[in-house]
Amino acid sequence: MDKIKRTGFVIACCLLNVAAMAQGNTQAEDNSDFMRSNGKIYVVVVVAAIIITGLFLYLFNLERKIKRLEKEYK
Amino acid sequence: MRKYWWKILAYLLLLTICTEGFLVKVPLLDGRLQQSIRNTFFHVPMWFSMMIFYIVSAVYSIIYLYKPGSKNDHHALEFARVGVVYCILGLITGAIWATYQWGDPSVWKTDPKLVGAALSLLIYLAYFVLRGSIADPGNRAKISAVYNIFAFAMLFPTIWILPRTTESLHPGGQGAEGNPGLNPNDASTNVAIFLWLGVIGWTLLGVWITTLRVRLQFLIEKKLHG
Repeated sequence: MDKIKRTGFVIACCLLNVAAMAQGNTQAEDNSDFMRSNGKIYVVVVVAAIIITGLFLYLFNLERKIKRLEKEYK
Repeated sequence: MRKYWWKILAYLLLLTICTEGFLVKVPLLDGRLQQSIRNTFFHVPMWFSMMIFYIVSAVYSIIYLYKPGSKNDHHALEFARVGVVYCILGLITGAIWATYQWGDPSVWKTDPKLVGAALSLLIYLAYFVLRGSIADPGNRAKISAVYNIFAFAMLFPTIWILPRTTESLHPGGQGAEGNPGLNPNDASTNVAIFLWLGVIGWTLLGVWITTLRVRLQFLIEKKLHG
């Protein structure tokens, strides 16, 4: 079950990417929306925030796995 | 929840650094550092955290020599390891920053701070080589604890004394301007606040990784010795 969920998540992420690419081709460049304002620095902000979030989720997950092993070896 | 609060704090601090750190107003003195001053929230905390980890590691080694026990040995090893990781990250980020700020990659050969940091890295890498070369766990822990204290002592000349006494491109060279890491009189309030938030956040992240690795060491020990 876990594996199916994970695979589904990856596929969903891939589809998100496709949707983003489709938009990139049709939308004209303009500085009116928030993400494109201020020299597009907010794009970097979002990327950095996602990396930090992902890193911490990874560590939480790792800690859970170690906890499970500790219980097993007790 | 009681055990997790500092991990959540680390996340919130680093999230602040990685979002507000790009947006906060920084001084632009005649365009020299320009926006690259924001590296102060990322590159500088690597070194602050590294020193904290090395100090903690040395303290655990001293405790080990007084009270031998695998707990102290594991902590000394893993704090040194995360210190080395932060040192390597600091060197890489520093090299990138130096290329665009000082304009010449050859500062590697001349800047005492860089040479000192590289030397201290090599000294600490030898710690792991030494550990790997001794098969008996008791001997390994004792000898490497002694070496770890020596490695820590070598930090004083390599990164705390020599860069202050000679000409360096880093702030505060030649011993006249104070701390080569950061001169409090030079930094604007915003930069100083975010630097310290970064130091706390990155250090907590390193401590978390260390605790996980220590627990891993205990698991390996249990598996090996029943």
